[in-house]
Amino acid sequence: MSPSPSTSQPEGPESIAGLAVEELEQLLPFRRRALNALDALGGCCVLAGRGLMRGLRPPVEVGPLLDQVESLGVRSLSIATFTAVFAGLVICLQFGFFLGRFGVAHTVGKVAILTIFRELGPVLTALTVGSRIGSGIAAELGSMKVTEQLDAIRALGADPVKKLVSPRLWACIIVLPLLTVLADVMGMAAGAAVVDFEYHIPVVQFYESALDTVDLKDFLSGVGKSVVFGAIVGAVGCYQGFAVKGGTEGVGRATTETVAVSSVAVLVADFFLTKLLLLVLA
Amino acid sequence: MTDGDLIRFEDLKKSFGPKVVFDGLTLTVRPHETLSVIGGSGSGKSVLLKSLIGLVHPDAGSIEFKGQEITYYSEQQFLDVRRQVAYVFQGSALFDSLTVGENIAYPLREHFPKMSREELAERVARTLKMVNLPGIEAMSPADLSGGMKKRVGLARAITSDPEVILWDEPTTGLDPISTRIIEDLILRMKAELGVTSIVVTHDMPSAFYVSDRIALLANKRISQVGTVAEMQASRNSEVRAFLDARLPRAQSRGVGA
Repeated sequence: MSPSPSTSQPEGPESIAGLAVEELEQLLPFRRRALNALDALGGCCVLAGRGLMRGLRPPVEVGPLLDQVESLGVRSLSIATFTAVFAGLVICLQFGFFLGRFGVAHTVGKVAILTIFRELGPVLTALTVGSRIGSGIAAELGSMKVTEQLDAIRALGADPVKKLVSPRLWACIIVLPLLTVLADVMGMAAGAAVVDFEYHIPVVQFYESALDTVDLKDFLSGVGKSVVFGAIVGAVGCYQGFAVKGGTEGVGRATTETVAVSSVAVLVADFFLTKLLLLVLA
Repeated sequence: MTDGDLIRFEDLKKSFGPKVVFDGLTLTVRPHETLSVIGGSGSGKSVLLKSLIGLVHPDAGSIEFKGQEITYYSEQQFLDVRRQVAYVFQGSALFDSLTVGENIAYPLREHFPKMSREELAERVARTLKMVNLPGIEAMSPADLSGGMKKRVGLARAITSDPEVILWDEPTTGLDPISTRIIEDLILRMKAELGVTSIVVTHDMPSAFYVSDRIALLANKRISQVGTVAEMQASRNSEVRAFLDARLPRAQSRGVGA
């Protein structure tokens, strides 16, 4: 008895094609995940663009913006200060120790302040304060979504992007650079104190060594980066909040995802911004 | 669409993923009438209301409001519809960050940006009085009971004097007194201001009390529309299945018919 057509060519082209289809099917979840990630990135960028533009469109609503600056910024002062102080203490301890090994402990001021201005101040502030701000925004907007408050805004004739996204996004862009400046100052002061205490390098010498090397560009490059970090944190928080699905469980998921996504996005952006700034300012 | 129709849903189709909600739904609403839409949970009653003001967009079919095709309106174009059509949300959807007074003033600020502070305050106070909650402007929504929240949500919807009010389960979960206050308000809105209402509800005594006509949404379409008496006398199996499951309780309380 001759074999049926379906089993007659087990080694033939059909089985190879079948294998290829099977492999492709295995790849589908990755493809779907990649497409979802691209979709989210695109959605986040569109929302950020609309939020920024509509915030400038008349009538410009200053009251809600100031409320957000107070809510997101003023209430983050303590976390920004603590982060900066202890980061400054640790970095100066480490630099003092290692530079001491090479007999150049007196240069600790310039190395530490350069590090704080260019990287530590903006990045640590964006990671700690940004996580707090971003997750707070996602939780608030997500809760509004699941309780139909976003629909209510639309039903009452208003634009949720202008009412909710614009003030939060602009507030993040204003607040994060200001907190970065605070972090720079606090980190520097804490570093100077610990260097004086541990390595007996006077505070004046700590700052004088820095003044030789560190200039305004170093300070401004860090503050400039924090403007972009602010936009990233605000945009991710707003997007995650607006995209909440599945009730309160969805709100929790959006909140934790905001912390992870905004932190990674800040670090990725930091690399490219640093590269760009080094090229421009060199 | 007859000349007298204010709203017309024509051959509406809508799916959420694999779930088909509407498959050829057609319904008309006449000016100044109160039409109740009844139907099982998850049958798409709220989706029907939301599609009229553009919160949900149908996949196919058409929606007309005052003779204008609004199905494919942009968000900007829907603003004009939303000025005339108010939505009372099932869960109130009050803004937690605003006081009761600010919540009620919200649509007034949006629709009438030049309204003076005094007039705003006067309109808010008047609307709160209408829903039997005078003097609670300064309270926060978090401090209100469920019934009070519902009435404040209602006050927010009616404060800008809309021509049409969409009531999404307005009496669900309320005590009998709050239920009666809201039912009477629906009737007053019609009698005094000529408002057209579409009421989505499970509450059959309420539907019988406030409605001029009742429409049953079943099997992804409007199964039957008629006056209260016509619906109660209907031999349509879907209508009977829905009413008979609920009427005995309603009749035992002496409500309905």
